[in-house]
Amino acid sequence: MLDFLQYEFMRNALMAGLLASLACGIIGALVVVKRISLVSGGISHAAFGGVGLGYLLDFDPLLGALFFALASSLGMGLMRGRTKVSEDSAIGILWVTGMSLGVLFIGLRAGYTPDLFSYLFGSILTVSRLDLAIMFVLDMVILLVVFTFYKELLALSFDEEFATVRGVPTRYVYLTLLSMVALTVVVLIRIVGVVLVIAMLTIPATIAWQFSHKLHRIMFGSTVLSVVFTTSGLWLSYVFNSASGATIVLVSVAAFILSSTLKSLR
Amino acid sequence: MSDEVIKLENVWVRYGNLTVLEDVNLTVFRGDFLGIIGPNGGGKTTLLKVILGLIKPSRGRVTVLGGSPESKRGLIGYVPQITQFDRNFPASVLDVVLMGRLGRGKLFKRYDEQDKRLALEMLKAMEMAEFKDKPIGELSGGQLQRVLVARALASEPEILLLDEPTASIDEPTKTELYELLKKLNEKVTIVLVSHDIGVISTYVDKIACLNKKLFYHGSKEVTTKTLEETYRCPVELIAHGVPHRVLRKHEEE
Repeated sequence: MLDFLQYEFMRNALMAGLLASLACGIIGALVVVKRISLVSGGISHAAFGGVGLGYLLDFDPLLGALFFALASSLGMGLMRGRTKVSEDSAIGILWVTGMSLGVLFIGLRAGYTPDLFSYLFGSILTVSRLDLAIMFVLDMVILLVVFTFYKELLALSFDEEFATVRGVPTRYVYLTLLSMVALTVVVLIRIVGVVLVIAMLTIPATIAWQFSHKLHRIMFGSTVLSVVFTTSGLWLSYVFNSASGATIVLVSVAAFILSSTLKSLR
Repeated sequence: MSDEVIKLENVWVRYGNLTVLEDVNLTVFRGDFLGIIGPNGGGKTTLLKVILGLIKPSRGRVTVLGGSPESKRGLIGYVPQITQFDRNFPASVLDVVLMGRLGRGKLFKRYDEQDKRLALEMLKAMEMAEFKDKPIGELSGGQLQRVLVARALASEPEILLLDEPTASIDEPTKTELYELLKKLNEKVTIVLVSHDIGVISTYVDKIACLNKKLFYHGSKEVTTKTLEETYRCPVELIAHGVPHRVLRKHEEE
């Protein structure tokens, strides 16, 4: 059963799964309790524009994704409450702009057609050492920021107006949260792709929330669950020779259905 | 004792064509216990948010403790309506009360002993100390309401603003809460808004009525007569929803 560990790409894939789980466990918990999964979806799809730009100008698409995800999260955060456009319309526009730019940029690159699929739906088996290094650095940034601003992030999620009244710079705390979502999106792209990122940000945290009433425990629980889902999904995709990203997501969905059923029976 | 802690001068709030507050003038003095009553949608929450600096008036001036609301934010305790909360939110009672200790000076710092001591003290004052580790989802409406008051008090405010504090709690609990507020009023200025005109009049010492316009009967000497007059006015307000008729009646007096 452990024979698949003999390949380096498998070991890299497992490592990538662990690194991604840390980011999506911690930030996923905040995304779910602050109810910003739609914003997160917008940011992840916007990141695809950066992937396309990376291909076009010949630099690491992951860096392009990082740039686009950060820019769009800052844009969303700064625009919030200042325009007449409703937030969900703005998200929709951001979503399609990113995707369209990505497709356009990739089309502009003459001749060679890159593996679009891997950025759309993930390809954990092709994770490089450089990708792992990028993911590790982003993880550390996320950990440090969440640890530093934990109480402000909790207050922002529970009652933003009260936090504002207390003098907490809520606009900047929210911007920080969206930026951390952007970093998490980049960490997750190699695993499940821009289209499925939202699954890893919401499903493990939602399950963990069913069994805990403390934010830091939800963060811990969803990190553990993500490790279980990515590892078992990876193994299943190896056994059945199926698409890894989609398999990981479907394992998570199955676990969600199971836990919700158990919860409602109790 | 007669210094002004809140002053609103000709305050208007408009959203497009919709006028929520119309030419509101209000002065609150230190030590006041002011009740603002009026129908739902009458602008009560908006008025509180204007005082808190969360909503900028379209016209007019707001002064809180001699400065702008934004500059005095740390000195105002705010108890919002409990209906806006996600009851399933993952936080304990103590987590929530500690939020009253947040602020600019707390960035990059942990809660210290002083914060925890104050939070527990306020929980004790609200008779909620034994619930400190409970998830907020397991509290009744009345209990959550007390926790929110404790959170506001934990910031050691000079002014306490409460939005519909009795909206979703039963009669005995309401009375208890008002008794607690009455006791708190010895130290802090209190402004509370409510559509519930029943119990409020026995506890507050000044009453204003708000339905877009503010009708303030804030004489210093509160007699049974003024109380009854003011008490009657919102009844009419709610029954007929014709604010100008009420105004005319008062002008005649």
